[in-house]
Amino acid sequence: MVKTMFSKGKIVAKTGNEIMAEAMRQIAPDVVAAYPITPATEIVQIFSQFVADGKVPTEFVAVESEHSAMSATISASVAGARAMTGTSSQGFALMWEMLYIAAGLRLPIVMAEVNRALSAPINIHGDQSDTMGARDAGWIQIYSENSQEAYDNMIQAVRIAEAAKLPAMVTTDGFIISHCMEVAEVYPDADVKEFVGEYKPERALLDYKRPFTLGAIDLQDYYFEHRYQLAQAMRDSKKIILDVADEFKKKFGREYGFYEKYEMDDAEIAIVAIGSAAGTTKSVIDNLRTKGIKAGLIKIRVYRPFPAEEIAKDLANVKAVAILDRADSCSASFAPVYLDVVSALYANCGDKAPKAENYIYGLGGREIALNHIEEVFMKLDAIAKGTKKASTQVEYINVRIK
Amino acid sequence: MANLKELSKHAERLTGGHRLCAGCGAGAVARQTLIAAGDMPVVVVSATGCLEVSTSVFPYTSWKTPFFHSAFENSAATCSGIEAAYKSLKKQGKIKDEEIRFIAFGGDGGTYDIGLQSLSGAMERGHRMLYVCYNNEAYMNTGIQRSSATPKGASASTSPVGKVIQGKEQPKKDLTAIMVAHNIPYVAQSTIGNWNDYITKVQKALNTDGPTFINVMTPCRLGWGCKPEDSMEMVRIAVDTGIWPVYEVVDGVYKMTMKPRGGEKKPVTEFFKLQTRFKHLLKPENAELVASIQADVDAKWNKILALCGEK
Repeated sequence: MVKTMFSKGKIVAKTGNEIMAEAMRQIAPDVVAAYPITPATEIVQIFSQFVADGKVPTEFVAVESEHSAMSATISASVAGARAMTGTSSQGFALMWEMLYIAAGLRLPIVMAEVNRALSAPINIHGDQSDTMGARDAGWIQIYSENSQEAYDNMIQAVRIAEAAKLPAMVTTDGFIISHCMEVAEVYPDADVKEFVGEYKPERALLDYKRPFTLGAIDLQDYYFEHRYQLAQAMRDSKKIILDVADEFKKKFGREYGFYEKYEMDDAEIAIVAIGSAAGTTKSVIDNLRTKGIKAGLIKIRVYRPFPAEEIAKDLANVKAVAILDRADSCSASFAPVYLDVVSALYANCGDKAPKAENYIYGLGGREIALNHIEEVFMKLDAIAKGTKKASTQVEYINVRIK
Repeated sequence: MANLKELSKHAERLTGGHRLCAGCGAGAVARQTLIAAGDMPVVVVSATGCLEVSTSVFPYTSWKTPFFHSAFENSAATCSGIEAAYKSLKKQGKIKDEEIRFIAFGGDGGTYDIGLQSLSGAMERGHRMLYVCYNNEAYMNTGIQRSSATPKGASASTSPVGKVIQGKEQPKKDLTAIMVAHNIPYVAQSTIGNWNDYITKVQKALNTDGPTFINVMTPCRLGWGCKPEDSMEMVRIAVDTGIWPVYEVVDGVYKMTMKPRGGEKKPVTEFFKLQTRFKHLLKPENAELVASIQADVDAKWNKILALCGEK
């Protein structure tokens, strides 16, 4: 049950898409350039209605493709505008080239992204293959478990992106969150406006009296430094993310960090998950706890920058951990989140790292149910007790293999 | 018509020292476009290509006006995003009441081919911007590969002359007609070798409230295989032979702005004989191919004459 945390907050029922559009209305960016795609279409649709009704001062550019959506968002940002967009899956894939450019040019663009499977086969349902593939693009990635988080993350993302000079995407799981009506607390326009603040770029293309060139070619003598600076900006953004979360908590009452810890204080076994599967996992944990099984969850909110040291520290004392990935890397090795978590554990805990397993689940919107999560915990429990060995290869949940 | 004396009063906004080849037309396109703009504030964007890489090698730039580049196929979308930002910030009073013009450059690769969708979208949406296609009839920046602007019979590195194929087999796309079909207020063809025609058209385009497009034939001495000092003359011969009709379409009304020198159109071989990309066409065994190209040029020429009310 969602309770108001902010004195002037209001409880509403909104889908993930509705609430992301609502956040965009309150942020009121100068430019939005977007192209519709299931399941993110509504965000753009609702927002264009705000424009049509004069509720935002935004110039809405109804581009002819997602490649142009990101191109125009990038150039609007360079021009000196606060610029946003939204997309999903194939549209996100079509933006790919421009994602790297947005980051490389250090533009504080915010994108609402609804996680959906990638073709082929074509599938419109939720998994995280799209944004996981762009994990090295230089974008801050913030995942949301529900409507409330999607809303709060959008508001924070603007501040984070502009302070870090990095683009940021806020995601929800396709259909599961994007189309699910949930109760959430929204804040008054004025308070959001105050929190987000005015966008004051250091330089703007439209400031023609101070002309500059952006997008020049770097040869062997400069490219590496610029890419290093981008990587460093991502490292530096960790502090910014925590500072913004801190300010957000002071203002609106909700607490956010890199990840949420659920029953981790004395946990002996744990799951690491991202997005809507966390809710299911929490339910299972509540049940297992009544049976005396010390299960816990780390729900990653900020995947880029990856909070490696922090996660390693919080997992150091569990005996076994399962990392759940809603994307497959097709690498014959492991999936993305596992690779990050286990690298962090190896670097920080060495021999003392807990046993770790990797499970791929939910591709193309395939259901992940309580019993699936419970089975994973039961396996972890056996590993922790030494009656079973941790799998050395990736495991799959709820898929017909033969 | 533009007046040289008047034009010379404005400060240059593309500096010398850029890294384009001697005899390259692309630098002249950029420079003449900015000269045409006079003192008007302009923001320039460019598609990836020779013009862009040669004028902005970090930490240097040739542009004394705001210049932005992001990718190859999105020059028009990029320009439209800046124009949208301008409209938004102006509407909100965040920038003062200054008139700024927006100019996008792209080569024929970035315009006819990979950037066509982005261009079409921007034109349809009605952004006030000038798109200039500096058309040198092949992908010169990557090493003279054929584009859809490469004329029939021309040798390019991906439509080479071989034992069974004599250069590009398809005629070039009529992009200008496609732009006219967008019903935008100003569309023109020009050449960079005819400065007054080109500058006059740029000025008209910049004074037009809406999307405008100029397709300017631009020599590439490397890709065409001509002497650097002859490159500007090459595009004038393209006009003389009717290979590149020079006209404008204002609100759908066609007007021929230049005729072949001497009045009569010359044979296409006058254009071919000065460029190594057409060298093979002059062999007796290719006479039939040349005749078919001549027939194509004649048909297009007559069509344009008719559209311009000259026939």
